[in-house]
Amino acid sequence: MHGRPRKPPTPEEEKAYDAKAAKLRSLQTQFLHFHHNQIYTKEALEVCAKLVESNPEYITAWNYRKLAVEHIVSSHSESDLESDPDCIKSIFKEELRVTERALAKNYKSYGAWYHRKWVLRKGHSSIDRELQLLQVFLKQDTRNFHAWNYRRFVAALKNRSDEEELQFTTDMINDNFSNYSAWHNRSVLLSHLLEKKVDGYFPKEKVLTEENDLVHQALFTDPDDQSGWFYHHWLLDQIVKIKTPLLVYTWPPHGSNLEVWVDGCLDVEGVNSSTITIESSMHDTNKDLVWKPLSTNNSGRAQAWVTHLSFLEEKLHFSQANPIKVTMGHSEGIKAVSDMISWGDKKFHSYEARPMESSQINFSNPLKNSDDNDLMAYKWNAETVANEISLFRELLSETDCKIGKLTLARLLTALDAMILYNKTSDSNEVVHFEEVLELYSDLMKVDPPHSQFYKDEYSLVLLQQLTSTPESLLRHCYHYRDSSPSSINSYICLRLCNLSLSRIGSIEQLLWIQMLDLSHNHLHSVEGLEAMQLLSCLNLSNNKIGSFSALEPLKLLKSLKALNISYNEFGAHSVDTRRYSCSSPLNHTVGADWNFGDWNPIDGIDFTNCWEAFSIFKDLKLTQLEIIGNVIAEENFKLFLVKVMPSLKWLDGVELQ
Amino acid sequence: MKEDLYLSLQPDTLPSFRHLIGSSEPLSTAGALTPLRSEANSSSDFINGYRMGEELEAEKHVNYILSVEKKKDDFESVVMEHIRINGAYWGLTTLDLLGKIGVVDSEEVVSWILKCQHESGGFGGNIGHDPHVLYTLSAIQILALFDKINVLDIDKVSNYIVGLQNEDGSFSGDMWGEVDTRFSYIAICSLALLHCLDKINVEKAVKYIVSCKNLDGGFGCTPGAESHAGQIFCCVAALAITGSLHQIDKDLLGWWLCERQVKSGGLNGRPEKLPDVCYSWWVLSSLTMIDRVHWIDKEKLVKYILDCQDKEKGGISDRPDDAVDVFHTYFGVAGLSLLEYPGLKAIDPAYALPVDVVNRIFFGR
Repeated sequence: MHGRPRKPPTPEEEKAYDAKAAKLRSLQTQFLHFHHNQIYTKEALEVCAKLVESNPEYITAWNYRKLAVEHIVSSHSESDLESDPDCIKSIFKEELRVTERALAKNYKSYGAWYHRKWVLRKGHSSIDRELQLLQVFLKQDTRNFHAWNYRRFVAALKNRSDEEELQFTTDMINDNFSNYSAWHNRSVLLSHLLEKKVDGYFPKEKVLTEENDLVHQALFTDPDDQSGWFYHHWLLDQIVKIKTPLLVYTWPPHGSNLEVWVDGCLDVEGVNSSTITIESSMHDTNKDLVWKPLSTNNSGRAQAWVTHLSFLEEKLHFSQANPIKVTMGHSEGIKAVSDMISWGDKKFHSYEARPMESSQINFSNPLKNSDDNDLMAYKWNAETVANEISLFRELLSETDCKIGKLTLARLLTALDAMILYNKTSDSNEVVHFEEVLELYSDLMKVDPPHSQFYKDEYSLVLLQQLTSTPESLLRHCYHYRDSSPSSINSYICLRLCNLSLSRIGSIEQLLWIQMLDLSHNHLHSVEGLEAMQLLSCLNLSNNKIGSFSALEPLKLLKSLKALNISYNEFGAHSVDTRRYSCSSPLNHTVGADWNFGDWNPIDGIDFTNCWEAFSIFKDLKLTQLEIIGNVIAEENFKLFLVKVMPSLKWLDGVELQ
Repeated sequence: MKEDLYLSLQPDTLPSFRHLIGSSEPLSTAGALTPLRSEANSSSDFINGYRMGEELEAEKHVNYILSVEKKKDDFESVVMEHIRINGAYWGLTTLDLLGKIGVVDSEEVVSWILKCQHESGGFGGNIGHDPHVLYTLSAIQILALFDKINVLDIDKVSNYIVGLQNEDGSFSGDMWGEVDTRFSYIAICSLALLHCLDKINVEKAVKYIVSCKNLDGGFGCTPGAESHAGQIFCCVAALAITGSLHQIDKDLLGWWLCERQVKSGGLNGRPEKLPDVCYSWWVLSSLTMIDRVHWIDKEKLVKYILDCQDKEKGGISDRPDDAVDVFHTYFGVAGLSLLEYPGLKAIDPAYALPVDVVNRIFFGR
């Protein structure tokens, strides 16, 4: 039981329990008899009242009371009402009294709170009485979420203004900063007020500044109390977040396969030829462009979108002289992997930028914000973030607070991002990668239980740093040359191995990559790779990927030919954390036609254990796969893979017959 | 979600409680039980990263659950009488995770379950009680454990649930109209288990759940209500089952959830609250579904749960040295299952049933 010490009862206690049990049992038996026989006498209602007052969660008893009230009210004739107009009132008054006694017994009883709402909806009780009641319960437990919910219900029912309720949260917070419930309600009310642009809440800058001041008091009073930090995080989000999605990256500027990366919110939808305009000399019109979201679910949303252009033949000739046209499109990719890819080091040669090839290292093109109106807001936002940064540096100089450090890291990252999106040509602001990385490595040490969280954040910042300039990215680019004389293939491979990466990010900078080596990291997910539409060779060996459902994003990579997933953790885990992110009958993201009907089982392969592998690999057109070094990679499973992927030519380095 | 029904049985609200079910009665089934941890006994090696010195007292927990099932007249059982079907689900699922559901007479359970069904199609918490979705899900889950869903009149049960969807997509718990995202989860989970999800307006149901999303990325009972780990489980699982996890800001919610782990290794349900074993389930399952479970320290949590065992008489409590109950025993064992504790069956984070049961329902031929 919650909070009850584990000790045997004394004989006296035992006796008392037995007496209570007998009493309660008798109430229950009597009550059920009345309920089943629809007896609504005064005596019956009294038994029911005793029952809910000693066991407030006995839902059937509350239901019975509602039936009884309805029965009694409807049995009053109009003449009764005329002679005694208060009789209805007194019936409901009694219900209010019963809920109060039940709540006194258990102020977390859903049944009792709901019964009171039912009475209120029928027009009984006054706002003063309800606010008084709430005062009692919120004093008893300032975090009682039932009471807070009830307060919102009463406020809405009695049309209390958001401002009045906001003042109540201010009072509660001033009383005690450590009240997450009050901060939460504040965020709800303030969102309404800001959204409706109520007088005094527009423009938002003044309000946000005041809120910041309020929450700073809480944070500086007790930096280790979490209550204010989440509110602060939300406030910063209001300042930092880009309200409308921005078209941020596109690659290539012109070409056969135009890909667009959108940022500013989780995912976007509604990308189509009317919302995205493409100007190019090579194709005719936008009208026939079909944009597809690069998403593994059916949501119609994604951060990355792709479309295919059809060329005008007379202009195509023209464009051949254009270096950007060397886009290494699909046809070249397919041809290239007709030889087996070897990930051995000797195949890779350091990349030297030569004029002829420089066009091949195409950086995705960031699109800058050029809206003047936004620039005003940007200045205020950047200034606020800069102020916050200096404030938290000050806090951290006095105390070693982990959420403070995390907040500083986030602020610095946000400032960098704001500068990038709004960069004017003459600006050369400091970029804070090193400081942020240091903060995260420090956090891993001071807060070991959450070290994997910080490590994921660290990885994202590290990748931002690596991809931030052409110079830093080139350090990780290699030429892949096949030794066979017949081959004329030459890939540029991005090698991000041995970086302890636990998470992938900054994909928007890497949309052009065809060959990617992420081996010897700590990845357990490949989310994001779906945006790299030109990828044909991918090395994920020696990571921590634990389930085939984690490979779902790869299903969207139509050019992928060679995949190395050797030395991971496939088959080593009983819990699959990607189970619900990939499409399957479990989450109703596949149609009724999703079945293995046309697939003949292989001896020793249990269908229910390999559906993830089946659903991933049947959609991949791989010619080469390395899977050695995983628990699951035994002979039967390999036979299964060969059957699922008829296109496969090499499995674990062995040429298939 | 049954948590808060049970949470209501607070020590400060119920003056006194018999804290333990007496163990004077000898167990007829005890002989049939073999310890799950026999190999681990002799070694203090790490298995899957867990030190085996701190062990799960599997056999004692089985005995404890069976003893609770037999008691009907002590105060605790009387107080819980109206949610007996929830108690049965917690106990039986725990037995299944421990590999011991075979000791239960399934026919007896199934016939009792059917007696709890109301003419409307919904189930009551016990025989003669009013129907509510809270009890209807437990009934379906128990039948699923025994592969006996087919004893139900599927149309009748599903129509009861379908009839509780409101115009805005939300669900009422019963005919009296209380609305809560717990009921959205229950309706969606129940209908999915019955292969009837297409009978409701899923799009509106999802939209309502999303309207309950908060500043911290979590979810509350109704729009504007504070985030709470139990409520978050309901909403995340409902979104998972409907293929709508993209509606969640996984990094934001994941950070809030991983910050539920406190110094002792246990998890709390809201900021600045005490840890409690039941959150091992609510928080862990949510983190698992959004693929952020590596953000907490699993080893410390395992230790916390094991520390809450009654090593003498079996059962698990909310905090070390508190009185045990079936509810916390279930959530402790289910939490350990999600933490890949050796010897336990795997549990599905969304349907809250063993993975083999869920696979049988969705992939069975």
